[in-house]
Amino acid sequence: MNFEKVVFGFFIVLALTVNFGFVLGDIDNPMHHNVYELFAALVISLIATILKFGERTQMGAILLATSLVADLQLIIAAIIWGAAVYITEVGLSSHVMSSIVSLAAGALLANLTSVILLIIETVTLRR
Amino acid sequence: MAGHYAQSRAFSLILRRMRAPLIMLIIAYAVSVLGFVLIPGIDDQGQPWQMGFFHAFYVVSYTATTIGFGELPYPFTDGQRFWALATVYITVISWLYAIGTILTLVQDPTLKRTLTENRFANNVRHLRQPFYIVCGYGDTGTQVVKTLTERNIQAVVIDTRQGRIDELLLDELRIYVPGLCADAGDPHILRTAGLNSPYCIGLLALTDDDHSNLEVAITSKLLNPNLRIICRAETKDTQANMASFGTDHIINPYEAFAEQLSIALHSPAMHLIYEWLTQPPHTALFACEEPPHGLWIICGYGRFGKAMERYLKFEGISTIIVEADPEKTGCEDHCIKGRGTEAVTLRAADIDKAIGIIAGTDDDANNLSILMTAKDLNPNIYTVVRQNRRSNSVIFDAADTNMVMQYSIILSLKIQALLTSPLLSDFLRLARRHNNSWAEALTRKLRSLTNNKAPDIWTVSIDAITSPTLIEAINQGEDMRLGHLTSDPRHQQSQLHCLPLLLKRGDDFMLLPQVEDPIQSGDQILFCGREECSRLMEWTRQNYNTLRYIITGENRPDGHIWRWLAKQRQGVISRHQ
Repeated sequence: MNFEKVVFGFFIVLALTVNFGFVLGDIDNPMHHNVYELFAALVISLIATILKFGERTQMGAILLATSLVADLQLIIAAIIWGAAVYITEVGLSSHVMSSIVSLAAGALLANLTSVILLIIETVTLRR
Repeated sequence: MAGHYAQSRAFSLILRRMRAPLIMLIIAYAVSVLGFVLIPGIDDQGQPWQMGFFHAFYVVSYTATTIGFGELPYPFTDGQRFWALATVYITVISWLYAIGTILTLVQDPTLKRTLTENRFANNVRHLRQPFYIVCGYGDTGTQVVKTLTERNIQAVVIDTRQGRIDELLLDELRIYVPGLCADAGDPHILRTAGLNSPYCIGLLALTDDDHSNLEVAITSKLLNPNLRIICRAETKDTQANMASFGTDHIINPYEAFAEQLSIALHSPAMHLIYEWLTQPPHTALFACEEPPHGLWIICGYGRFGKAMERYLKFEGISTIIVEADPEKTGCEDHCIKGRGTEAVTLRAADIDKAIGIIAGTDDDANNLSILMTAKDLNPNIYTVVRQNRRSNSVIFDAADTNMVMQYSIILSLKIQALLTSPLLSDFLRLARRHNNSWAEALTRKLRSLTNNKAPDIWTVSIDAITSPTLIEAINQGEDMRLGHLTSDPRHQQSQLHCLPLLLKRGDDFMLLPQVEDPIQSGDQILFCGREECSRLMEWTRQNYNTLRYIITGENRPDGHIWRWLAKQRQGVISRHQ
């Protein structure tokens, strides 16, 4: 067992699960989506990205790309949240909430791709 | 391709090393932000207030970067201040760690090396003109690169010693020559140096180690079979080995010098032609006393001594060998043991009867000492000395010798001739088949041609790009002769001060072509002559009016109107007739 692989897999899967937890619920209901969960999803996604830095394989490149997509989506979601609450004072209307959640759902897809790629690599290489 | 590879390697190296500090930074930020969000505060009305993620990130951002705007948006409670303290230490330390890692990375030898290699690869990749790869920047390499750059030919240098690459930067060359300290035997390095680049026209393996030259030559022949490869070799073994896989030119400095001396013995005029055509242009014509026939003494029976003995024997000249270590060099049965620096040994070698002596050991001080002793014993003796280090030139100039064999000069002259005018080596090869009186006639011509200065050598190709006018004239059925090319574009009747040495048509060579010889499309002609001639010849080759003037003697500007006027005038003349 390789400790590095454990940490790597842990963060990639955790990024997916936390992201999933945030997205779960009615898309336009602010009560179903916790800000702490979005924060956790963003931080874990960033850490997962950095863990993928410096891989020189084709698989590593695609893993990094999916992670960057997830980061981008989550950062935009967080910015929209902050802008809605503090800058424009629109508040978390159902319209704002649904765009935040749909962005996070996009990130969820990217994270899912990451996990699938990881599984494929593990299964095909079986080292 | 190689460049991209090195680049991605450097990039992933940076990213890998930055993983830990970046993760630490993210965790430090996340923990600090979360703390601020969770810890309750009080707003300006004294009401309980919870900081949102936006404000928390704002506070942590300016605190972590030590900007410190203060307690925003409301003054902190003691609980918040406690957390702010923790934040300062966690985040600032994380930043220091990240910056420290970057600084270490910058000084890391592996990364530095990768970066230098990258920069070199980039420089090479951006070359947009033909270039040569020069492996080995020693005495010979320095000379060759200097000549190349003086003729505006690009070069790329690889050497195993960093000191020499530094020298390359200090040598003020006319064009920037990229250099890399690396082992040229490594195929990856050769690729980086542009071996597969479409602009690479040749490779010169000039290191002082036969084996690495061999390695470089075979690698390049395999990776790019069409490349022209010029190699230095010091033993017959390596020479044969290099020839076996098709190295284009192999130069053995010892053999080359021995060959020159044997030519000088055989036909002094031919030797002069060799020297004149390969010496730097515009310098005074080389002159030397002809080596005499008789008994020669060879001191030192190494690679040089052996080559000399073989060539002298070929010329039918008897030799006596003086060698300090006969067992090692394999001449126990036919040599006199000793260094040759002492009178006893030289007397034993019949110095009184000898007419020439070759001081050919690999030690400059010994060689000079041999000369002095020999001159003492026999003041009229003809002296040939081997100079091993270029830096000793001053002493060798001061010592009164007839011929100095300095192999870096011999090598670089040979290579220059090969690189700057490939036809010259063909000419010299063909000229050797002629006798001394042929050569004497040629030396007289050369002497008068350039006023006792070494001539310029240039090649003219009859093709559509460099000689459009000639091609057009030939296509129009005009009877073009060599004389048209050598006519003075300023005075049609006179000829330029130049001499056509060789005409190459397909695989045929014509030695010393005459002015009445026809020229055809695809011909290559080697000329020697005064400096300005090649420039004047350009006029004939590129300006339609000049060529017409030379052919017809008619001197008028060109253009539709002038052509129309000329036609009218001709019409008037014919009507009058």
